[in-house]
Amino acid sequence: MEHAFLVALLLTDATVRVATPLVLAAFAALYSERAGVVDIGLEGKMLAGAFFAAAVASSTGNPWLGLLAAVAASVGLALVHGFACITHKGNQVVSGMAVNILVAGLAPTLAYAWFRQGGQTPLLPGEARLPQIHLPGVEALAGIPVLGPVLGPVYRELIDDANVLVWLTVLLVVATHWVFTRSRFGLRLRAVGENPAAVDTAGLSVTRLRYQAVVVTGVLTGIAGAYLSTAHGAGFVRDMTAGKGYLALAALIFGKWRPWPTLFACLLFASTDAVQVRLQGVPLPVVGVIPVQFIQMLPYVLTVLLLAGFVGRAVAPRAGGIPYVKER
Amino acid sequence: MPESPQTPPALETRNVNKWFGANHANRDVSLAVPKGTIHGVVGENGAGKSTIMSIVYGYLPADSGAILVDGRPVAVRSPRDALAAGIGMVHQHFMLVDPFTVLENVLLGAEGGVTLAAGMARARAELARLARDYGLEVDLDRPVGDLPVGAQQRVEILKALYRGAEILILDEPTGVLTPQEADHLFRILRALREQGKTIVIITHKLREIMELTDNVTVMRRGQVVANLATAGTSREELAELMVGRKVLLRVEKAPARPGAPVLEAAGLCVRDGAGVERVKGVGLTVRAGEIVGIAGVSGNGQSELLEALAGMRPLAGGSVRLRGEELADRPARFTARGLRALGVGHVPEDRQRVGLVTGFEAQECAILGHQGDPAFNGRFLMDRSALFDRCAAEMDAYDIRPRDPRLPAANFSGGNQQKIVLAREIERNPDLLLVGQPTRGVDIGAIEFIHRRLVALRDQGKAILLVSVELDEIRALSDRILVMFDGRLVGELGPEEADERRLGLMMAGVVDAA
Repeated sequence: MEHAFLVALLLTDATVRVATPLVLAAFAALYSERAGVVDIGLEGKMLAGAFFAAAVASSTGNPWLGLLAAVAASVGLALVHGFACITHKGNQVVSGMAVNILVAGLAPTLAYAWFRQGGQTPLLPGEARLPQIHLPGVEALAGIPVLGPVLGPVYRELIDDANVLVWLTVLLVVATHWVFTRSRFGLRLRAVGENPAAVDTAGLSVTRLRYQAVVVTGVLTGIAGAYLSTAHGAGFVRDMTAGKGYLALAALIFGKWRPWPTLFACLLFASTDAVQVRLQGVPLPVVGVIPVQFIQMLPYVLTVLLLAGFVGRAVAPRAGGIPYVKER
Repeated sequence: MPESPQTPPALETRNVNKWFGANHANRDVSLAVPKGTIHGVVGENGAGKSTIMSIVYGYLPADSGAILVDGRPVAVRSPRDALAAGIGMVHQHFMLVDPFTVLENVLLGAEGGVTLAAGMARARAELARLARDYGLEVDLDRPVGDLPVGAQQRVEILKALYRGAEILILDEPTGVLTPQEADHLFRILRALREQGKTIVIITHKLREIMELTDNVTVMRRGQVVANLATAGTSREELAELMVGRKVLLRVEKAPARPGAPVLEAAGLCVRDGAGVERVKGVGLTVRAGEIVGIAGVSGNGQSELLEALAGMRPLAGGSVRLRGEELADRPARFTARGLRALGVGHVPEDRQRVGLVTGFEAQECAILGHQGDPAFNGRFLMDRSALFDRCAAEMDAYDIRPRDPRLPAANFSGGNQQKIVLAREIERNPDLLLVGQPTRGVDIGAIEFIHRRLVALRDQGKAILLVSVELDEIRALSDRILVMFDGRLVGELGPEEADERRLGLMMAGVVDAA
């Protein structure tokens, strides 16, 4: 019993850690896609963020400068996407794909040129990684009778020593909900993704709003990348995003472009991943030990199944993917 | 309306020019709208009337010229500037965000703060006042997409008034309304005029101009050809000014001499793509030598009925007899292709998506549905010169301009596109012609031509089933009028007993023919 409780806690903890970059990326796409700009380039932006965070943190020893560099790189790529899709009304999928391909090659090349370690950055020492936030009172809580044995482990495993970016992500989720339902910016953003002509004739600039959305996307994907290489991991390795950008996009679609369902979808995907890690090499009843490759497929199989069958009718923002051209 | 020098016009444009590529869409357009009046702007499609108003609203930039509000020049570079100058516009295609509530739509761009709460409370109070003063009632918390078009239009007017518009421009406001809804709109506009607002209404419906406006500006080919007081002009004069030649507004036709039934349908049921029953047991007969018109507010099943009869939609029940032969139980022949072979022509409602392949050349569009005909085919390849000759001959006969069979269909104007479709269907010499919205988006000159053609076809002893939302058209062409409401035929009228009011009430499902 005690053991099962602890396993559940550890799984939950792992879920949160895996979910964090997914949530960041999915919410990044939420801003852009609700504004009518489809962003398939999350993967590339995250990867660029991961590389620059690790590279700058490794060179300067300061993870915060690394975070800043990640955000700058990712915003830069987001602006390229915006320039192609908003200013020049290009195809958004093509532009996003171009970003992905560009970074997939560029990041290891730069890493090789910079550090000469086979396309990786050096392993980051503890002080060059983004810190965990240590909360007081772990021991005190454990000492309380009855409640202590239950709440103590929850507090210790889940809440204490969470990475600073995990907390930032929690904040982001709440803030995003507020922005979309209560703020002027959110109202305009939703409108420009549904009917940009209505926004234009209301005296607002479609171009400006969409650029704003794309920049928010850039900031958040940059943070997601930094989390991968300087918080969750300790350095950049080639292809370290491993499809998380696409998974985030799938979560967004599964969440029907709404903040809370998208969060739920990210947690679901992350939990299958946590379970997957846990199941590796563990003999299961009836089937025995399943080869690791099959276990690792789980999250992706789940994605396909959910998107194919269980999503129901996902209503995308109506103007999503369509460049805005004034009618004559 | 006399213009006194003391009160400058509420809105004035001076020598506005606008080019779209090589097309001179507005050529020295000057017009003046006195304060507190309703001003009409009429012209054919492409006459530049929407363009000039889009310029006034800042949606399009002018290449040269000036805009004056209350006698003072204003620089209108965007809708924001226009709104600041007190100009509001209700566009032909509503500029609304469907999933948003009415309140959110009104608020968009005029939120009054970084957060929404305060602005919403203020808007609620203000909108209640506007609704009371002008009869603009709408449920503020309903999503706009769920509202009927008449109510959506009121939301657009509310949006403009909430932003403090003193001048309200409406582009083709009655195109989507029933006669009753249009009357409601006119009452609102008159109430606005009484409060000193200035209204500009763009339309091609001359009846509305005569009924509603104080003054009227006529445009043709990008130019203003006349500024008139409405009281001193007539529909005939306006039509002549618009087209540049005399136009017969009434279709001249002799009484019909109906012969044997060509189409007999009974108990027809049709479902739409979502499986909803849109035609609920319709029975009708069309005889040789008569035009039967189906009137109805768009969306009451007439489109689905027409498509089903053309073989584009499966029947969910009922019988269809063509020249006495039952077809409904022979699904192999009851297809668009099979029916063509049996002498059924179809001019679809949506010519751009169904009637034509807009990327194809005119000569290719002219044989769509008959591309297998040996007349156009050699042993292995198509006979391009036969195609060209046939299309060129049709272009001469139907006065399709430009006369270039190799030009893609997309490059023709609406009226000429429609003539391409019409020529294709009529020249096949069908026994039954199904016609949907033959003159939607077509200018007056071409309307006259299309109407004459249809009547000539009738006089050759062909049967014609006409579906149109334009009541004038239904009344002018039909020998018998059927009214459709909510998937059922609710009445039949002769053209002489079908006045606007009676038809309108039947179309709204209020009374039946009895």
